[in-house]
Amino acid sequence: MTAADTNRTILATWRIEQPRLITSLSRMLRDVPLAEDLTQEALLAALEHWPAAGVPDNPGAWLMATARRKAFDHLRRRRMLSSKHDVILRDLQQEQGAMPDLDSALDDDIGDELLRLLFTACHPRLSREAGAALALRMICGLTTEEIARAFLIPEATVSQRIVRAKRTLSESGLAYETPRGEELSVRLASVMEVVYLVFNEGYAAARGDEWHRPQLCHEALRLGRILAAIAPLEPETHGLLALMELNASRSAARTDAKGDPVLLMDQDRALWDQLQIARGLRSLAKARELGGAGGFYALQAALVACHARAGSPGDTDWRAIAALYRELAALVRSPVIELNRAVAVGMAEGAAAGLAIVDALQDAPELRTYHLLPTVLGDFLEKLGRHDEARVAFEAAAKLTANAREQTMLKRRAAAAADAANAGK
Amino acid sequence: MRFMYIVTSPKPMTGPNPALFEAISKLRDRELKAGRMIDDGGLLPVATGAQVRIADKKLSVIDGPFVETKEMIGGYAVFDLRDKEEAVAMAREFMQLHLDHMPDWEGTCEVRAFFTNPCT
Repeated sequence: MTAADTNRTILATWRIEQPRLITSLSRMLRDVPLAEDLTQEALLAALEHWPAAGVPDNPGAWLMATARRKAFDHLRRRRMLSSKHDVILRDLQQEQGAMPDLDSALDDDIGDELLRLLFTACHPRLSREAGAALALRMICGLTTEEIARAFLIPEATVSQRIVRAKRTLSESGLAYETPRGEELSVRLASVMEVVYLVFNEGYAAARGDEWHRPQLCHEALRLGRILAAIAPLEPETHGLLALMELNASRSAARTDAKGDPVLLMDQDRALWDQLQIARGLRSLAKARELGGAGGFYALQAALVACHARAGSPGDTDWRAIAALYRELAALVRSPVIELNRAVAVGMAEGAAAGLAIVDALQDAPELRTYHLLPTVLGDFLEKLGRHDEARVAFEAAAKLTANAREQTMLKRRAAAAADAANAGK
Repeated sequence: MRFMYIVTSPKPMTGPNPALFEAISKLRDRELKAGRMIDDGGLLPVATGAQVRIADKKLSVIDGPFVETKEMIGGYAVFDLRDKEEAVAMAREFMQLHLDHMPDWEGTCEVRAFFTNPCT
């Protein structure tokens, strides 16, 4: 085995043990940022000692013992500075004597501790980007470099983000949070925003990007599964998981041989992952059973489910989609959602009905630079035979998009509309 | 990446002793909560199973137990992990539990990655 192989094995072994390691340390020290530091130090120790001595039979115990030693050292050093640490140190020493098998007691609480880790990492005081970096680091065991590659940002930026986030948490006394009651739902929403951010970042990956980017979808799915496992009675955790599984199910069909994106309605549905769709639909059903059918993520999952259930584009239940968009629009005032609803209504009831909704959006300030508004408008006008107006709309849309491929496509549609207008004259 | 773990043993399946069962349950719980385990199952004894076999262009159905079987499948699990190194590390931990709690047991945990559509 080469040195590189050995390192990969050590890293993999550490990653397998990492969830238990960080949850144990976090509970022991009642300090999430510090627990994170120590799991990293344990990794470094393993990378230093295991190549020569071999991977121990019980790597988890080795890592835990190493981390605990470093924790004691750290606390002993800081004992002079704070009485709080003195108390923790004394408690630890007592626990050490009275309960040498601390690890097994913690096995029962791993769910609680993971939840705490997630809440701490995704604290509303931190930016979502910082939350994503911390969550990926602390719960998924990604290195700084891997996070940087995944988000297409410099490694130094990620480092700084993590260091600053940990400092903010420590200095604000937020190092070990246990939200309860009403606060729990709010904080859970924060966590889900971060998870969804990670998913969308991975989902946006273009073919040709290295695997770290689409891999983010897998990490987000894992975070989603964790959430659903440790907060099973919260319907939106199942809704979010459903949404991510259902979207991810189309991965194989989303790009063509050249690497260009393929629109959903044009995708080869034989490439949709049916097992993943089944999992997504089961999660959605669970969300509904728990009374969460009207939740933000559950509604979006239901929308995607309509497409997932359709064997072919012609089988799509546009009425259901339109109704779901209406529900979503009532929940979240968003002109973009209204626009999507217009498209669905257009498919279900015809272009005139769709156009009525789009007309009402013409003055929405949020959509002023949104190229899809004139695109959809042009599409309806064309279907209604109003070709000259359609041309104007497509030309406006082409001006609003920065994407070269889309620009070309819109200009082509404008030209086609012009031809149709002339043919009519 | 998805991996399947298939546990086999040349000796008749007696199932895990209480200590091993508890240790495996804890591991299972950890992996479920860590979002890495997707599915698992222990299989009922070979005697209760059946085989549908093709040999010499002929299809036949045989009820268990199967005289010629050298290795019996005891159970399986499906995990979602980063790479083969992680999969092997997980398998090692699982098998080490057997060595720790049921040292007379012999068997294999085979680790196989799932085929994925090359378009992804």
